[in-house]
Amino acid sequence: MKRIIYREWRIEPARYWGLLALLLAVIGGGAAAALYTEHVGHWVTGMNNSVVWGTPHIFAVFLVIAASGALNVASIGSVFGRSAYKPLGRLSGLLAVALLTGGLLVLVLDLGRPDRLIVAMTHYNFRSIFAWNIFLYTGFMVVVIAYLWTMAERTGNKYTHSVGVFAVLWRLALTTGTGSIFGFLVAREAYDTAILAPMFVLMSFAYGLAIFILVLLFAFAQEGRPIGDQMLRRLSRLLALFVAGVLYFTLVYHLTKVYGAQHYGLVSWILRDGGAYTLLFWIGWVLVGGLLPIGIIYHPVLGAQRGWIVAACTLVILGGLAAMAVIIIGSQVYPMPMFPGHIVLESGIPGGAGGLPAPYAPTLPEVLLGVGGVGVALFIAAVGVRVLQFLPESLADDIVDPHATLRASKA
Amino acid sequence: MMNDAHEKIDQERRRFLGTAAGVTTAVVAPGVFLHTVATAQSSDAEGRTEGATSAHRWGMLIDTTKCADGCDACVTACNRENGLDLQAKPEGQSEAEWLQQRSAWIRKVKLQDQVSGRISNLPILCQHCEHPPCVDVCPTGASFKRADGIVLVDRHTCIGCRYCMMACPYKARSFIHAEVEEKLTRAPRGKGCVESCTLCVHRLDRGELTTACAEACAKDGHGAIVFGDLKDPDSALSQALRAQPNRQIREDLKLNTGVRYAGL
Ligand code: SF4
Ligand code: SF4
Repeated sequence: MKRIIYREWRIEPARYWGLLALLLAVIGGGAAAALYTEHVGHWVTGMNNSVVWGTPHIFAVFLVIAASGALNVASIGSVFGRSAYKPLGRLSGLLAVALLTGGLLVLVLDLGRPDRLIVAMTHYNFRSIFAWNIFLYTGFMVVVIAYLWTMAERTGNKYTHSVGVFAVLWRLALTTGTGSIFGFLVAREAYDTAILAPMFVLMSFAYGLAIFILVLLFAFAQEGRPIGDQMLRRLSRLLALFVAGVLYFTLVYHLTKVYGAQHYGLVSWILRDGGAYTLLFWIGWVLVGGLLPIGIIYHPVLGAQRGWIVAACTLVILGGLAAMAVIIIGSQVYPMPMFPGHIVLESGIPGGAGGLPAPYAPTLPEVLLGVGGVGVALFIAAVGVRVLQFLPESLADDIVDPHATLRASKA
Repeated sequence: MMNDAHEKIDQERRRFLGTAAGVTTAVVAPGVFLHTVATAQSSDAEGRTEGATSAHRWGMLIDTTKCADGCDACVTACNRENGLDLQAKPEGQSEAEWLQQRSAWIRKVKLQDQVSGRISNLPILCQHCEHPPCVDVCPTGASFKRADGIVLVDRHTCIGCRYCMMACPYKARSFIHAEVEEKLTRAPRGKGCVESCTLCVHRLDRGELTTACAEACAKDGHGAIVFGDLKDPDSALSQALRAQPNRQIREDLKLNTGVRYAGL
């Protein structure tokens, strides 16, 4: 491999500031929504006493697990020794920090009392996986920043591998921890399974990589830096693999539920009777987020075209949001099995004691807050690549992996 | 603005907070005042009682065969006792949505047995679990169980994450979705925090041995709710539990609830 040169992102100022202004507008929308919700109370959201986590949580959880997945690219390069991925390491680390920050901000701003963040920092209940996650998240930031340093600093280079190994472990802990937030809820039948954690790991790989590819393609195209076809194929094939993995776990997850007889109600609800959630599952999670992108990537013609790769990544992200919606909202909407063998005729409020599904319809402030988190993540990334040397000058195939080009030309 | 809408108020605590409260309310943000009240509350009835001890475990037996169809005396009494009837629907919110968002500590449930078709009525409220999932998951420790088994939320460490609501198998908890203009001294309530049935802890700490719901149910002649000390073998509750078969809702979760049901 030739020596990789990294350089700041130098698109012309007008375009750059235009981009920042756009992102700031998105962030502003989120900030306004958060202030508004905090000021008047959560009644302006679609959340209620049955569906207590709503659209902000879809975005927050998505961003948090995508953060861990974005770092996966760096791990492949430095820990698993795939040299072609090495030049991508820095951007991978930056995106990981950016996505995590965006996700956590959304989580915090959706609290009923975000002003009590200091309480959350000073009072810990160590039995709570939530409290552990606070450490996992802050630790992740520190580990990634250290990792970035070892990659960027010559003196640190020799630690890249060991810090990288540590980062991989931390990353898995983080995603598993995030998945466990749901897995620990014994009362909710949808979550009560060990499958959820590994499924979250696979999802994080897929969503993180999809975002990574999009950002990479955008940044390179804007500035005219070259990316080789081999490189792109490698990345998109990897994405297809992860997406297939998610589909596999989706299958296993629902099969385990079907076999656990008392869970059958939930599975058939999601798969068949859940209305909007059934649509989100089949159209969003399975088709848009799974089958379509795999189809595009493996398509002999489309899979080689950048526009289509961008489309595939976008679909993976949309499908991911749909999957989060099914997991987070769908399982709260589904009536809790409080009185097996009984029909709930009345319960004070619909869904109050099982029986009917609980109502939930997202409102604008929720959506703005969630999207604002995405804005924060992209803003951090945009500033990062501009002021520091995160992006390699070229990802042309002969630079990244000369042998691959050689092999290709021989074939 | 702190405002006691009910004429029947907690006199003693009122006297304790007395002047200080009035002054504070006038000058300090309501949130801060709420904080003061909450502190007074959790530091246990202004030092008058010696605090909760594990010598007791408070609980209930609800006899569904005595619980009358269409009666909501317990719900009304709870709402009144704990100022839940003082919640105001925010302007612009629909009735249906507000019903889902307003705080409710106790709800009437009507069930039909799928096989026999038999109808049963029962109130559902926080079951005051011995192993409360809400307490386990709460990141700040705001959800806690007192030595006497009552599960409460400390209103000045609750950050409003709602994880406890996700964890509760009985949907017993409510999040305060809107500004609360009026509240009672004995039941402080603030936007952005979670709350649930306290087993009328303010009464207990005053030495009274009944809850608003149980009292109302008895007064209406149903007597479907027996409140008492699970640890006292001679209590009316323990005797009732011995006398008739009863069970916990979601027994499978092994939470050892303090609230039991008969005839279900
Ligand atoms: S019923 Fe719900 S709120 Fe009450 S102690 Fe049990 S888990 Fe907590
Ligand atoms: S909402 Fe409050 S009481 Fe419930 S888990 Fe969060 S901090 Fe604890």
